[in-house]
Amino acid sequence: MISQIYCIYTTLSLFLLALLGIFLNQKNILIMLMALEIMFLAMSFNFISTSIYLDDVIGQLFALLILTVAAAESSVGLAILVVYYRIRNTITVELMNITKG
Amino acid sequence: MYLLIVFLPLIGSLSCGLFGRFLGQYGSSILSTLIVFISFILSTLAFFEIGLSNTICLLPLSDWISSGVLKINWGFLFDSLTCVMLIVVTTISTLVHMYSSKYMESDPHVPRFMSYLQIFTFFMLVLITSDNLIQLFLGWEGVGLSSYLLINFWHTRYWANQSALKALLVNRVGDFMISLGILGTFYVFRSLDFHTIFSLVPLMDFHYFNICTYKVHSLTLISLLLFLGAVGKSAQLGLHTWLPDAMEGPTPVSALIHAATMVTAGVFLLIRFSPLIEYTPPVLKLMLIFGALTAFFGSVVGVFQNDLKKIIAYSTCSQLGYMVFCCGLSNYSVGIFHLSNHAFFKALLFLCAGSIIHALNDEQDLRRMGALLKLMPLTYSMMLIGSLALAGFPFLTGFYSKDLIIELAQIVRYNENSTDIYFMAAWLGTLSVFFTAFYSFRLLYLTFLNSTESPRIIFFKVHESHWFMTIPLMILGIGSLFVGYLTKDLFVGLGTSFWGNSIYTNPLHSSFLEAEYISIHLKWLPAFFSLLGALLASYLNITLNSFYVYGSFFPNFRYLLFLLNKKWYWDYLFNKVLVRSILNFGYLVSFKTFDRGFIELVGPYGVSRNIKKNRPKSSSLQSGQITHYLFFMLVGILSISTFLLWSFNYFNVKLIISFFNFIHINLNKSL
Repeated sequence: MISQIYCIYTTLSLFLLALLGIFLNQKNILIMLMALEIMFLAMSFNFISTSIYLDDVIGQLFALLILTVAAAESSVGLAILVVYYRIRNTITVELMNITKG
Repeated sequence: MYLLIVFLPLIGSLSCGLFGRFLGQYGSSILSTLIVFISFILSTLAFFEIGLSNTICLLPLSDWISSGVLKINWGFLFDSLTCVMLIVVTTISTLVHMYSSKYMESDPHVPRFMSYLQIFTFFMLVLITSDNLIQLFLGWEGVGLSSYLLINFWHTRYWANQSALKALLVNRVGDFMISLGILGTFYVFRSLDFHTIFSLVPLMDFHYFNICTYKVHSLTLISLLLFLGAVGKSAQLGLHTWLPDAMEGPTPVSALIHAATMVTAGVFLLIRFSPLIEYTPPVLKLMLIFGALTAFFGSVVGVFQNDLKKIIAYSTCSQLGYMVFCCGLSNYSVGIFHLSNHAFFKALLFLCAGSIIHALNDEQDLRRMGALLKLMPLTYSMMLIGSLALAGFPFLTGFYSKDLIIELAQIVRYNENSTDIYFMAAWLGTLSVFFTAFYSFRLLYLTFLNSTESPRIIFFKVHESHWFMTIPLMILGIGSLFVGYLTKDLFVGLGTSFWGNSIYTNPLHSSFLEAEYISIHLKWLPAFFSLLGALLASYLNITLNSFYVYGSFFPNFRYLLFLLNKKWYWDYLFNKVLVRSILNFGYLVSFKTFDRGFIELVGPYGVSRNIKKNRPKSSSLQSGQITHYLFFMLVGILSISTFLLWSFNYFNVKLIISFFNFIHINLNKSL
């Protein structure tokens, strides 16, 4: 059986990767959404591995719920993206600053 | 009857003030004169009962303030000291009321004037009859207030406003001191009743205040503060500047307030507190110095004033100096004797001056008068009586008190513990007799005897006043002639029992008997000096009529004249040095730097300016970029977790737990 610590390393590095993807990406909002999906994935991984390690099914249950939420989220997000693209004809993150303080 | 003496003027004042429009001009004049006259009659009866029959009357009325150990009653104490003052105040007040009913005839606000005069009389009576310090302070402040109202009676005049403010504020300096003295008295004696204080004084001779590690003899401090209060009210050197300026008020007001009654309140306070002041030789010495200097200053400055009323005002200043002077020599009975005598001839002089001013169409300058002898013989004779009495002419009123003061001053020099101070004080007092005679005769010559300088149109209309104004003059003239002789044995006769317990003199300070056996040339000295002053004034006015012009050719003499005319530059000094610097301090430091500077900066103005200045910076945080917002979130999470990581070591956990425990306990307590 794979050691718990490796599982946590994997999910943590996946999560940090997603975080960096959100931060460092200035151009494309699609990449941002994908990074978000990776974040969810890292979370689900973590839940599942923990549930296996603790021998408890509740973690897998939460992983399933997260899957649903992620699917819903990405669909709503993409819908917003489509609406936004229809209006402004671009999906560049840098240009999304028309609501300045 | 005793209460009626005090409260009749209050009733009169209220009825004249509130219902003056129904009473009318003559109604209010007659009513107020009558009321004060009844008060005078009753005071005479009181004088008979208290002074001559030796019965003291104490009337405790009711509680006023009662808080813990502090108990202040409304109480009226009538003893010998009070009844002498009662006679003085009500006599002068009655005559001045009668005088001003004609003098103020053409004034549209007579009821108000009468109301003010009576409220002044009322407060003066409260002051002299009170049996505790607080009630005395009520009267003290009340006469200050009514003096403001009366000086400012013609309130449309700029100078009247200014002088009234000056009188009030300069008096306030003394009032501040006296209120400190009251606090000190209460702290030491735990009571403000006169009988309690005076019977406890010997016990408290060893009581010390501890002020910033310095031990201060408490009785000395208290009597010093009370004396400084008297300095303000009685116009001693230093706080005297308001008295000459108070001459901006109507002349009867000057006669009533600034000659006979209000200014003597300070002397009255000193005499009333003789049992306390007798235990503090340093304050006695201070009183001696202040009194002698004031007597000298007033008489010297009076010599070259050109305003008729200001000369008499400085004369008052000088005579008040004499009173404080002989109180400083522990001869309080002589002080009150001089006070009562002085009230008669000074009121007479002022009312005569009012008569002259009235006749000359409100001209006050001496240099525009002259040759009134043929036209106003009655006023002249009264003025002559007043001046001779003031100068201490033998066998007139002033002689009996003033020469006695100077003899006492001379004899104290032969005491075994005599110092240079006594020497200086005695000779200053003697010298001022010379100047007193000089300015009195200068005034007489310039108004009555020299050739006239007034315009023809005014001079033709000069006439003797109405009998309403001349009768008070004559009564006061008779008083100036005989009061001193009649009351000498009663007040200051050897071994008189008149004063009873109202005045206390330490037997060690007493020099009364010795003064009777002073050497003959010292006894003659004051009379000689006053004769010399009178002769010099006559000589200068008869032979060198334009002496004041020629004298100015000698440069040094001119400077001296200028100095005297400008009152030794006291006003100048006060205005330029004291008032200006305080004003500057108030404007530059407390107003500009503090109120408008510092507090505004940390307060409303500074905060709003800071917000305005930093608004673009804080709003530029919201750049609109999603990545920036995400960055803030991450930084927030990281910093919070760093803080928690740092804080969750063992010691901090204990700290936090104890903090929460503390809150918990306090909450439980408060609940």
